[in-house]
Amino acid sequence: MTQTTIPKPQKPWSTSLAQRLATAGVLAIALVLAGAAVELTGLSGKLGFAAAYFFFASLLIFVQQLRLRDLAAAKDSLLSSFAFLAMTLTLIPIVSIVSTVFLKGYKGIHFGMFTNDMTLASVNDPVTSGGLIHALIGTLIMVGGALIVSFPIGLLTALYLTEIRGNLARPIKFLVQAMSGVPSIVAGLFILSILVIPITQELTGLMGSLALSILMIPTIARTAEEMLLLIPNDLREAGVALGATQWRTVSGVVVPAAKSGLVTAVILGIARIIGETAPILLVSGGADALNFNPTSGPMGSLPFYIWKAFLTGGTEEAYARAWGGMLILLILIMVLFGLARYLSGRKAS
Amino acid sequence: MAPTENSNNENNMEKKMQTTTPSSLASVAGNREQRVPGTNLLGTGLETRGVHAWFGTKHVLSDVSLDFAAGTVTALIGPSGCGKSTYLRTLNRMHEFIPTAALAGEVLLDGQDIYAPGTDVTKIRLRVGMVFQKPNPFPSMTIGENVLSGLKLAQLKKSNTDELLESCLVRAGLWSEVKDRLGEHGGALSGGQQQRLCIARALAVEPQVLLMDEPCSALDPGSTFRIEETISELAKSMTIVIVTHNMQQAARVSDYTAFFLSDGGPGIMVETAPTSKIFSSPTDKRTEDYVTGRFG
Amino acid sequence: MTLIENQSAAIPAPREITTKPRRSDQIFRAIVTIGGMTSLVILGLIALFLSLKGISVLRVEKLSFLTESKWEVLQDGEGKVAESTFGLGAMLIGTFLTALIAVIVGVPIAVLSALYLTFYSRGPVKKFLVSLIDLMAAFPSLLFGFWGFIVLMGSAEYWAKLLNKYLGFIPLFDVPAPIFERSPFIAGLVLAIMIIPIVTAISREIFDQTPLDRVQAAYALGASKLAMIRAVVIPYGRGGVVGGAMLGLGRAMGETVAVYTVLNVVYQINWQILFGAGGNVASLILLKFGEAGPDEVNALMAAGLVLFLLTLTVNAISDVLINKFGKKGR
Repeated sequence: MTQTTIPKPQKPWSTSLAQRLATAGVLAIALVLAGAAVELTGLSGKLGFAAAYFFFASLLIFVQQLRLRDLAAAKDSLLSSFAFLAMTLTLIPIVSIVSTVFLKGYKGIHFGMFTNDMTLASVNDPVTSGGLIHALIGTLIMVGGALIVSFPIGLLTALYLTEIRGNLARPIKFLVQAMSGVPSIVAGLFILSILVIPITQELTGLMGSLALSILMIPTIARTAEEMLLLIPNDLREAGVALGATQWRTVSGVVVPAAKSGLVTAVILGIARIIGETAPILLVSGGADALNFNPTSGPMGSLPFYIWKAFLTGGTEEAYARAWGGMLILLILIMVLFGLARYLSGRKAS
Repeated sequence: MAPTENSNNENNMEKKMQTTTPSSLASVAGNREQRVPGTNLLGTGLETRGVHAWFGTKHVLSDVSLDFAAGTVTALIGPSGCGKSTYLRTLNRMHEFIPTAALAGEVLLDGQDIYAPGTDVTKIRLRVGMVFQKPNPFPSMTIGENVLSGLKLAQLKKSNTDELLESCLVRAGLWSEVKDRLGEHGGALSGGQQQRLCIARALAVEPQVLLMDEPCSALDPGSTFRIEETISELAKSMTIVIVTHNMQQAARVSDYTAFFLSDGGPGIMVETAPTSKIFSSPTDKRTEDYVTGRFG
Repeated sequence: MTLIENQSAAIPAPREITTKPRRSDQIFRAIVTIGGMTSLVILGLIALFLSLKGISVLRVEKLSFLTESKWEVLQDGEGKVAESTFGLGAMLIGTFLTALIAVIVGVPIAVLSALYLTFYSRGPVKKFLVSLIDLMAAFPSLLFGFWGFIVLMGSAEYWAKLLNKYLGFIPLFDVPAPIFERSPFIAGLVLAIMIIPIVTAISREIFDQTPLDRVQAAYALGASKLAMIRAVVIPYGRGGVVGGAMLGLGRAMGETVAVYTVLNVVYQINWQILFGAGGNVASLILLKFGEAGPDEVNALMAAGLVLFLLTLTVNAISDVLINKFGKKGR
């Protein structure tokens, strides 16, 4: 074998500098044309400019491809233009939502909000008076309660689907799917109809927990099922082949192996319900004072805090308060989500 | 994503091969009618110069220069993982389908580098067709639509599609079996029929070169025989490059054979020669070891 | 193979293999099975209790509960209920209208975004975008409603005026009075933005599963990306994507808080989507619940039952579609 010098790996198929420049040129021309269109025709405003820009850009790329290659390539370029447009349209709200919450929310954040509740302040008072400790505690208690109810049920459902795999696996999978589509307000109505009206006749944090459970169970069940399915079958067979009972195999081998996956399921379940508003409004009332007892008296919550400030206020202070609460909620969701990503990513690698 | 080169079928084939002596293979190759390269001109054929290939930082193929004269059948043989499938996929630019792929060297089709800047890759793939290891007809299309799918996909206009449909199926050796069921879905056919349907599909866009990536490795012996017949028939009008693990098959269908090998590093092309010579008196010791079944 | 003919007599009946699970396993299986049935029980209880509460109203109103568009509680001088009429018609129309706007606007954007993610982006960029969209799918509806009211409303009002100016001759885009704020159109847009991440995520997952060998076969035949997508990806993913769109429809139909905040909830039939009045069933429940007497609560329970059955049906269809087309190779 004669050892020749090895050439450098290349990617001759990647877009060359010349092509990139040509595309950039086309996009620049489209920019100019769009500007001209806004100046000279009836089009106006940001929307008019954006629409004109997209129109000219995709048209020019179409013509360019038609000239350089053929009709098929030109049509192909249209699809990429539209796909790019759609992706942009999808991203605009995300960017707008997150930036709005951060820009408007930071004004509503102050240290006192983590120590005070709203008993002595109204939503229209200066932002620095009052706080949302009652809402944070309320959300914590209700979500915690929902978790205590949902996790066992969600896990058992997932275990039924992955370990028992009985005749009912398919219908149950379907029902879990259907349950995840139950409108949140229906969950609230249900708790009202089965517990609050006939039995307790009181809006409490516990009722909020139960309503949230209905929304949380399907998320936990589905995620846990996915995570359990990732556990290789060998592990189960190894356990059974060692003479272990199914119970021992599942509790000693399968569930521990899926631990971080199950934590992910819990986190996603929490993220699903932490901002739920409609059922909370119906069944746990809403309080401005700190209430640690889920079985008695209405309980505040983060969504209720935001809701109240937003709908009953109307002043700058009330809006700042609402956005501040929203910022806390969004940060909580982002942290939960990042945690879930981190856990499932770590497992994959 | 990387093309896998291993299947149980191949392993079985290779086990069988170990009992075959080189002389018997050479005699099989000798039976095949020798064509003079270039007599049936369809362009001037395909040529590679110093082709290297990488996946990420892994160098998988080193410095392969081969000349596929127009109207010949060339078999690429070698053990699994020697880079022959990768090499085949550089010939119609399917190599770049894998995101981490990289390449060096030139592939010349009628003297033109298919990797030259500004080359339209879809045009190249129209001229260099491909048949895959696993039959992959489009399940949403009928048999007839499958054959003509290339025209639709590449937006080619053809007037006499009925004739084209028939001639492609005839050349792929499938016409008599499916002529009454062209409206059925492709998935209803047997594996061997599906593979011949894929050949017919590749023929419909009238390529100069047909690449076949272990086309029979997923098929039973009967279907394999039919496909080999088809290849011999097709070779009269086009250039064929076939990757195979089955040395008998290489001996039966090819005019030339190139032997690929990897010693853990990048795959290299060890030797190329007329098929009868590879199987009777190979120059390189490693080729001899492989064709006599001493390894691989 | 000659054995086969005279084998029939010799073939023994297959033995029945039975195992008696140990006690611990029997208990384990029983508990897990009971746990697995919970979703069935809960769904059943929801239907049962909403019916129990709603039956008194449904018995009086019968089918006109769905068809009539009048929701009135008349009180006499002493504050007692003198007469009440409950008909959900206007809100049902509003539910369908806003959800349809959401699907019509949202689904094409979502499907094209999914195509972009699957076939036009790769590597870290793709990973980042996918995470971002998954995150957006987890945003609470309160946030969407709030943002829609404060941020989107201004722009959307302008778009509505444009639509009205140029397409006002179509009855759908006409308005009885120039009030463009808080219209079903804007609520539909907010719902569209809410369902885009959901439908995108489902579609992307389905597109990602497109069998690679078919994709390669298409490319090897000289197909452009567009041609490949049309010949391979669309036939493969069509059912699943329709299922995903139905799921989005279900979400949009059951949405409460976002619609309540954005839309001017007024009990009237409003086909003119640009006009600032309307509502959906869920927002009606939230609106009326605070001051409802026992009779009206029952009517709201019946409304909840209707909403529950509606979303259940839509979800069922979506589930069937996703499973039928999404998993099967087709």
